[in-house]
Amino acid sequence: MSSGTLWTVVLVGSVGCYLLKLAGLSVPAAWVERPWITRLITFVPAALLAALVAVQAVASGQDLVVDGRLAGLAVAAVALALRAPFIVVLVLAGATGALVHVVWG
Amino acid sequence: MPAPARTAVLRDAIGLGVAVGLYGVAFGAAADAAGLDPWQALAMSLLMFTGASQFALVGVLGAGGGGAAAIGSALLLGTRNTVYGVRLAPLLAPRGLLRRLGLAHWVIDETTALAVAAPDRGLARLGFLAGGATIYAVWNATTLVGALGAGALGETAQAALDAVVPAAFLALLWPRLRAGAEEPAVARRVALGGAVVALALTPFVPAGVQVVTAVVAVALAGRPREAA
Repeated sequence: MSSGTLWTVVLVGSVGCYLLKLAGLSVPAAWVERPWITRLITFVPAALLAALVAVQAVASGQDLVVDGRLAGLAVAAVALALRAPFIVVLVLAGATGALVHVVWG
Repeated sequence: MPAPARTAVLRDAIGLGVAVGLYGVAFGAAADAAGLDPWQALAMSLLMFTGASQFALVGVLGAGGGGAAAIGSALLLGTRNTVYGVRLAPLLAPRGLLRRLGLAHWVIDETTALAVAAPDRGLARLGFLAGGATIYAVWNATTLVGALGAGALGETAQAALDAVVPAAFLALLWPRLRAGAEEPAVARRVALGGAVVALALTPFVPAGVQVVTAVVAVALAGRPREAA
């Protein structure tokens, strides 16, 4: 993707996200506070973040690849379950990824 | 308003600012891994300024996805801020278009939490503004640090960074699944559904599209089937 295209993606995404924020301060509450809409907005992040976790951990283009990323993710899950702070989770995941890279190339 | 309450609000605001700083470094590094240059990473933190959407956009690009899928994921996560704005409007009561345009930029998870938790309207405003200013400053500075730092990494460090990105998404997801979150059992089913659909689609659709499609599929599966 060229630098110009990336800039377009960055700017269009930013304007869109800003307008979503502005809409909340501007529209009548009744438009947004419907049970179906609030429920959707409560749970969309879980679906999206989980999809991103899965894709970032094992997808490589259109192939599924098991490498240090999945090992790092497993270690991160254990660290999160033990209530480790964010930075510790990331450092452990990164160290695992690096270790797998060094050992198996 | 009493001074101790003001101090507590400011302490929370600054504490949150420092905490999100760590995420800022991770975002800068993730943006670099996805092929953005440091200025593009910084532009996102300056202009988009909503962490989960920023991570989603660079996550999709990093997976080889197209611009439309990347923007779509960012917007899907950005809809949260619309609901926050609805909650904040009576607390902030922005007078005039310019103030509303300015306040809107800082409507994010953390500032909403600070404003809603404050005991009265004056402190809600203070919490929103102090939190917004602190987080905005720290988030942008640490984004640049992460983006510039990641650019200087060798091959092994790059492998480490590749493993950090999914872990960062998992760390964002985790609090939504834990006991004490809003309906954690539903959130866990939704998360599992999103992950499974995304992986199942990966070989068949362009990179990035599977993420947005997974969300739409899960949302449709959970749609209301009778008049609520």
